[in-house]
Amino acid sequence: MVTVLTDTQTIELPAGRVEGDRLWLSEAELENATGWSSKKEGLCRGDVCVPIPPGREHDFLREGQIDAAAVWGHLGKPVVHSEDASVWVLGEAATERASTLRSLEAPHLTLPDRSGRMHSLSSHRGKKVLLVSWASW
Amino acid sequence: MWQTLYEELKDRNFTVIAVALDSRDGDSLPWIEAANPTYPCLIDREHRVADLYGMVNVPEAVWIDERGRVVRPAEPAGAYEGFRRMDRVKREMPADAARITAEAKATYVNAVRDWVLNGMASEHAFDAERARAHVRAPTEDVARAHVAFRLGQHLTRCGQTEEGDRWLRDASRLHPDSWCMWRQRAGVTELGLASQPDFWARVDALGERKYYARVDMKGMPQ
Repeated sequence: MVTVLTDTQTIELPAGRVEGDRLWLSEAELENATGWSSKKEGLCRGDVCVPIPPGREHDFLREGQIDAAAVWGHLGKPVVHSEDASVWVLGEAATERASTLRSLEAPHLTLPDRSGRMHSLSSHRGKKVLLVSWASW
Repeated sequence: MWQTLYEELKDRNFTVIAVALDSRDGDSLPWIEAANPTYPCLIDREHRVADLYGMVNVPEAVWIDERGRVVRPAEPAGAYEGFRRMDRVKREMPADAARITAEAKATYVNAVRDWVLNGMASEHAFDAERARAHVRAPTEDVARAHVAFRLGQHLTRCGQTEEGDRWLRDASRLHPDSWCMWRQRAGVTELGLASQPDFWARVDALGERKYYARVDMKGMPQ
């Protein structure tokens, strides 16, 4: 069992297989967790495809599985895992964050309130929003 | 701080959304109960809002318009660093520091009101070009800090506190400007404030640099 934290979710992948710094997932699991999949054009999500350099296919794909950590590294995104490799975080690259911030499109955000009810920022469209951080410390 | 403003303006197509960046489960609950706000008060244990919006401290805020467009990117929300001149034993601020702190708060709240009532005609609303110029673009280290931080918080929550703490420390090292990340690990006094010697040492190490980032807003004391 491997737990993967992505930009939008925390997901448990029963069939995930770890081999050192490699995280082998089925293609369906990778797509389910991250939205990225392997196509003939390379690694794709939506309309965006990043080619895999010729001859390096074996670094990413093996026996019907795909190395999510290698995919992430190839996409230039940060990836870390716990010492026992049971928890992985697949993050977003600084360039992506920066371009989203510069687009001025408010990033999607869904968080729970104290009773556990989920709130989405986008459900407040049509209102002006003051999004403010605070902490008890 | 925001309840009065929210009450005043909630019928003008406006809401406050407060996001608690808290270290441990339930830390913020007594505070939420006490303030009993009627606007959404959300819990963000992994600091997603800080990652997505580039926040590094509290209170920081973002103005978002009716179409979901950012009008003012993350910046201190009516905060002034008068606390740096506080008597650390008595926990009292000099009168002028307290006055400027109140002034910063009032200036900010008035600016929010002006924007809510006047929209883009408000002198405090940034046009797209100005808003973009105020964006805090993360570095690669900051992006790496956020993944380390998430892993640290996740492991801590799962009881793996020792390894979790190592990741949190790593995150803070990669993103030294983030007080949010650093304070997750800081000692907490009975007052619920990270005002232990470590905190003051880190504040003092700022020297001439600011604790709260500069706010580009007319009338805001710097």
